[in-house]
Parts: sequence; C-alpha cells; structure tokens
Amino acid sequence: MLEIKNLNVHYGVIQALKNISLTVNNGEIVTLIGANGAGKTTTLRTISGLNKPTSGEILLEGKEITSLSAPQRVKLGISQVPEGRRIFPDMSVLENLELGAFLRNDKNNIKKDMENIYQRFPILSDRKRQTAGTLSGGEQQMLAMGRALMSRPRILLLDEPSMGLAPLLVREIFEIIKDINSTGTTILLVEQNASMALAIAHRAYVIETGTIVMSGTGEELAKSDEIQKAYLGGE
Amino acid sequence: MEQFLQQVVNGISLGSIYALIALGYTMVYGIINLINFAHGDVYMIGAYIGFAAITYAKLGFFPALVITMILCAILGVVIERVAYKPLRNSTRIAVLITAIGVSLLLEYVMMFFVGAEVRSYPKVLSGEVFHLVGVVINIQQIYIVVTAIALMILLQFIVHKTKIGKAMRAVSVDQDAAQLMGIKVDSTISYTFAIGSAFAGAAGVLVGIYYNSIDPLMGIMPGLKAFIAAVFGGIGSIPGAMIGGLSIGIMETLVSGYGNSMYRDAAVFAFLIIILILKPTGLLGKNTREKV
Repeated sequence: MLEIKNLNVHYGVIQALKNISLTVNNGEIVTLIGANGAGKTTTLRTISGLNKPTSGEILLEGKEITSLSAPQRVKLGISQVPEGRRIFPDMSVLENLELGAFLRNDKNNIKKDMENIYQRFPILSDRKRQTAGTLSGGEQQMLAMGRALMSRPRILLLDEPSMGLAPLLVREIFEIIKDINSTGTTILLVEQNASMALAIAHRAYVIETGTIVMSGTGEELAKSDEIQKAYLGGE
Repeated sequence: MEQFLQQVVNGISLGSIYALIALGYTMVYGIINLINFAHGDVYMIGAYIGFAAITYAKLGFFPALVITMILCAILGVVIERVAYKPLRNSTRIAVLITAIGVSLLLEYVMMFFVGAEVRSYPKVLSGEVFHLVGVVINIQQIYIVVTAIALMILLQFIVHKTKIGKAMRAVSVDQDAAQLMGIKVDSTISYTFAIGSAFAGAAGVLVGIYYNSIDPLMGIMPGLKAFIAAVFGGIGSIPGAMIGGLSIGIMETLVSGYGNSMYRDAAVFAFLIIILILKPTGLLGKNTREKV
C-alpha cells in the first residue's frame, strides 16, 4: 500500500532522516518505534506531505506521490493524526469532525460516517456542541482520530496517540486502533511506548538518529534482546 | 442630551466605516500574522473605483458598491500573491516592511494617474434628513449603517457556515493541521485577502458619499484608526473589530463635539496607548501561544 524508498530529509543543514526505506502492506498495522528525536515524527510528516524530502520516493499503491501537496495526499487517502493531537480548540467537536471531511461532498455518507464515529467514541456524541479545547486529553485524542477517519483514509498515520495519557486510557486507545484496523484501514503507528505498539503491530521498524536499525514482526522485535534493553526496560 | 445623541448617531456612522476597514486588518492578521499596512490604501482605491463607477459609468449606489467590492477583492488577492506570498517563510519584519512599501506604491501610483488634488464625490444619494427626538439623521447615514451591518452579517455567515469560512478559521489556528484536513493554505489566504479588501472597498465608497471628498492619501488616517480599532477589539477577533470600530467612531465624534476637533486624532491615539498598557490583547483578544 505504502512504500518509502531511500528517503532523506533535512532541516537546514541538519539531516533528520538518512536513507529511510519502509513498506506498509494493505491491512497491516506497522509501527515505527524509537527514542525522542530519532526521526519518527519527521517520517510521518514527510509521508503526509508537511515536510519535503531532499531525495527519495514515496509510493502509494505503486504511484509516486512525492511531489504532491499535503491536501492532495489527503484526497488520495492518507490521513494523519498529528503529534499532540492538534485539534481546533475554539471549534466545537462537531465542527472538528466536519473539517475532517473537508474534501468530501457526499453529504449522506458523511452523515453516516459521523454516526459511526459517534458509535466508536460515544463521549464525542455527548460533547458534540462543546468546544474541543475543553475536552480532556483522552477525549481530544479520540476526537483527533475521529477527525482523521472522517476523510475515509486508506492509510491512517498515527503519531504518538498515547502521549500524555493515563495507562488505562492508553490501553483503550490501542484497543480502538486495533478495532479501526480490523475494519480495513491500514495503519502506520509511531510510538515511544514500544511495548504497547509492538503488542498490536503486525510488523515493526526501529529508528535511531534518522536511520532504520531493525525490522521484523512485532513479536520478533518484542523478544529481541536489544529492543528489550533499549526500549522495554528489560535487562 | 440631544447634542449627545446627535454625536452618538454621527459616531455610529463613522464607526461602522472604521469597523468595515478594521475587519480586513483583523482577518489578515488572524491568518498570516501580518499587519497589512496597505489595507488603508485599498480603501482609498475603493473610493476611486466607486467615484469612477458613479461619475463615468453613471451607476447607482448599489451597482457601484458591488463593482467596487469585486475589483478591490481582486486587488487584494493580487497584492497578496505578488508582494506577500513570496515572503511566506521569511521573518515577520520583512513582510511588514513590504506592506509599508505596497502602501506607498499604491498611494503614489494613484497620485500619478489621478492627480493629487481632492475630488468631490458625485451625489448619488439624496441629502434628505429626518428629525427623530431632536436628532438629525440623514439618508446617507442610514445607508452607511445598513450597508455595514448587512456586510457584517454576511461575514459572520461566511465565517461560521461556509466551507471557506471554516477553512479560514482552521488555517488561522493551525496551518499544519488544516493541511492535514485537505485545506489548501494558499487559496484560503487568498480568500481572506479578497473578503477583507472587498470590505475596505465598500468602506471607501461609503466614506466618499458621506464626506463628499476623496484624495490619494485619504487612506492613511482611517487606515491607522481602523488598525487601532482592530487592536482595541483584540486583533484577530472579528467581533472585536466591529466593537472596536464603533467605539473609535463614537469616541472621535464625542471628542469633536464636546472638546475640540483638533484633539480628535490625539484622543484616539492616546486611547491606543492606554489599551496597550492596560490590556495588550485588546477587548476580545486572546493570549496567543507562540508556536515553536
């Protein structure tokens, strides 16, 4: 579904990504784990078109999308839940969800999708008219995910959905991610919470200072000694 | 008491004009953090377009107003595309200085073409007056206030109910997040300039009709006052600009009426200083987070 080949990204003279290549197959949950500053967010932002690569290719279903703008990529089915959620705090929950469907014109289906989102996240339905800025962190994360789903993405990019949430909520969010995936949406998940991410991922990549250093199935990586030591707090 | 009411009525007409100009300042600031100093000159050019439409094309008030708004909208978009867009990623001060440059350019190019002299505006509305509990209200004032209110309602509708309006609000809060919704930032900025400039053009026509005289430098003072109105209301806030415009207008006429019209401008600027000391974010402004 999504393929990245030899991607290089610079911020000024600093190289943030060095020759990154990764693949996400249709229907998979793939996770990209790594420490703070390793280049996880940059990878996602480059896939969604917010950052421009210096070289390399991004392919969506075999088609080159590297030169397309972020809105054009949304139209093709790439939707990102950004780091820190980035909901529109002064707008209502409903307006936030409507913005998620900005590029769509099929009113009836939008309504249906909105109902589905409310079913998945009942709390959002209760708070429809409330300003999004007044929601709690977990609710905001749900809103950000709901908003991203409103564009009917083929692939959903999630940037640290567990950030700043209580452990119980983190578990809930990961259950939701699995559930979204089971309804056919491919997922690329970026996480610092490696144990949770590896537990739900079909495959995983490990990124360190802008380079992919390991890859494998979620299970394999969860058992590997290096990962245990570096990310899972094992001996 | 009658004199007071009379000054308030005059102040509301003047204030609705300031409010129309202030809206453009505040919308542009909200979306790209630029104080568009050329905005007052778009208002001046609007006055001239209205002048030409009424004098040469023999149009009535409403057709002249609509044509002026359309042409000013185009002018605003062209200014943004040519002067500001190439500086999207440069420092704020660079764009600000460019805005001052655009302002001077518009003033003196106009002066080159139409001459520096003051022109008197054609009579397009009757000068009929009403007496209401001792207060004199003329038809022009009614047209001004009604036009301004209608435009502000239209703006509220655009901003809150249409896709373009929602895109504008999203881009003004968070450009990256807006792009992830599929919103094109550049065209949203263009729409903002178009609407703000159209309003300034409308204000130009109204002022021409009200004060009966126009000249190429007429945009400087009202531009500054509308800017103060926007700051007073809280820059970036649309209701703030409306309240700010009306307050500045009423304040000015009261100072002229009871004190000395020589102190009118001084009073307005002194007021700005006081606001900036007491409430730097303005009446309805929010403390903005600096994005890192």
